[in-house]
Amino acid sequence: MTGASATKGRQIPDSLTHPATRLLKSWESLLAVVVVVIFVTNSFASPYFLDPWSLSDATYNVTEKLMIAFAMALLIIAGEIDLSVASIIALASTAMGFAVTLGAGTPELVAIGVGVGLICGLFNAVLVTGIGLPSIVVTIGTMSLFRGLSYIVLGDKAYTGYPADFAFFGQGYVWWVFSFELVLVAGLGGVFGVLLHRTNFGRAVYAIGNNPTGALFSGIRVARVKFILFLLTGLMSGIASVCLTSRLGSTRPSIAVGAELEVVTMVVLGGVNILGGSGTIPGVVLAALVMGLVTFGFGLLNVPGIVMSIFIGLLLIGVIALPRLWARLRIQRG
Amino acid sequence: MSRALKSREALLGLAIMLLIGLIATRFPDFVAPSNLANVFNDTAALIILALAQMVVILTKCIDLSIAATLALCGMVAAMLDVAGVPMAVIVPLAMALGACLGAVNGLLVWKLQIPPIVVTLGTMTIYRGIIFLISGGKWINDQEMSPLFKSLPRMEFLWLPVLSWCAVAVVAIFAVLVGRTPLGRSFFAVGGNAHAAVYTGINVGRTQFAAFVISGALAGLVGYLWVARYAVAYVDIANGFELDVVAACVIGGVSIAGGVGSVGGAVLGALFLGVIKNALPVIGISPFWQMAISGTAIILAIAVNATEGRSRGRVILKSAEHVA
Repeated sequence: MTGASATKGRQIPDSLTHPATRLLKSWESLLAVVVVVIFVTNSFASPYFLDPWSLSDATYNVTEKLMIAFAMALLIIAGEIDLSVASIIALASTAMGFAVTLGAGTPELVAIGVGVGLICGLFNAVLVTGIGLPSIVVTIGTMSLFRGLSYIVLGDKAYTGYPADFAFFGQGYVWWVFSFELVLVAGLGGVFGVLLHRTNFGRAVYAIGNNPTGALFSGIRVARVKFILFLLTGLMSGIASVCLTSRLGSTRPSIAVGAELEVVTMVVLGGVNILGGSGTIPGVVLAALVMGLVTFGFGLLNVPGIVMSIFIGLLLIGVIALPRLWARLRIQRG
Repeated sequence: MSRALKSREALLGLAIMLLIGLIATRFPDFVAPSNLANVFNDTAALIILALAQMVVILTKCIDLSIAATLALCGMVAAMLDVAGVPMAVIVPLAMALGACLGAVNGLLVWKLQIPPIVVTLGTMTIYRGIIFLISGGKWINDQEMSPLFKSLPRMEFLWLPVLSWCAVAVVAIFAVLVGRTPLGRSFFAVGGNAHAAVYTGINVGRTQFAAFVISGALAGLVGYLWVARYAVAYVDIANGFELDVVAACVIGGVSIAGGVGSVGGAVLGALFLGVIKNALPVIGISPFWQMAISGTAIILAIAVNATEGRSRGRVILKSAEHVA
């Protein structure tokens, strides 16, 4: 945005802009500025904001969703989407709760939660890449199916009574204010960042999102890559389910209702093109920071949750609409 | 080609008959005319919204905000009633408000080319949030509503309540709109092949906009009917109903890729879900099964749609050939 007047009138650039200028003008640096502004505003608006422990608590607003958002970012970049992630959380959590009633210990619970996530991901993967159905309807269907299974098992009841040491995943701290979830999500962010930006697999993801046919003809196994991405999304939803269940200490079928919207918002806000082909992991992390800080700031100001959801809805539409409006205005001005 | 379309509807009709027949062998009361009328009445809202959703899906869009629009218009209708506004004004106002909310979706899709799924995922939460803002999170209850407001959808008229007649009227209007008007045919053209539609002089964006406005207006109408029928309005009414609506369309053979679908199919899809929903308590299965059954039905239906062949995009040309 800063160099808008300098480049005005130049239709076809004869060379690429300097890498540093590109970095400055990127979506990620805009997000970084927004993060700083929100951070500074919040610390002036509330005296309780700049406290390491309350900031640490605030990370719980986004950690579980960010884990899923990493995998979702890859999936959306590859031109697919998974709307069933919140329902996978519910089903995995229900399976863990059921296992508790059979006397399962913490290691078994983690295995079951992650395993059910993987199985759900596998189910989506087979339907989308195996049979070739559109992912958006498949996952609207499985969104209903997975949560529906939780409702069949639980009805209006809840599972509680998780073992005491199970609470570590959602409530434990690794060192000082750094919670287990925060450290986990940082580690996962590193893994996904390297996977997307530094490996052949990551390049394949971009290639598929930009041109699936072209990718296929250049020797990329499109179906296999998409299959793995759905598995990864299921896996991350399973891990998120372990963390969330451990944090809440109980399971209801309505657990994490609507989380898929927040995950998709996070990914799109992070600069991932909803039509596929572009986006970065650092962008998604910055978007999570924006959403987390805003939610936390609103919370300190006693704004009810549903008003925050209006804000998230506006954010989702706004971040896509504003650049397009901007481009439109620039074209009209000539 | 038209035979294939017909067979889809025949298949669904047969499945519904079979379902009703199976239930009747154990519970003969289920097929009593009065009970079947009840089932139809209970499914009326789903039928109306499935048709509304169908025109949106035909144009290659999707309206996930349809249930939130319903809830917002229902809440506004209830608040107008509490404020003493006459009925003759409330219903048109609810529909107009719905049309405006649909127009917001439509404009974002038309003018800014934002993917419809993103737009309506966003407006879904925004519209629900607005209900909270205008109502302050409070419920509007039975005793606050005027008697006429509550009784209108239940008034019997030629053996059926007004609610059922609304569904019948909407089905009739859609049969004409979709099959016999330029706008209706352009829904198919836009979804079937957007480039070809442009060359034939159809404005793709404006057609999608029109579909969203129709969808919103009908959601507004159902909003009033819903609130009046259940005699309560609060933030979460019809929460998740958009999934049932999409399910009804997909089961009815409306292709999510656009351009393929029929009024009969959408109605039968809605009736299929309605019969299952009403049959569950009769045959002694917990209503908690409903969600999983809808989900399974969606997945099975798209699997069937996909195996029926993908070259069904150009429905207009093919049916024109058959007519000629």
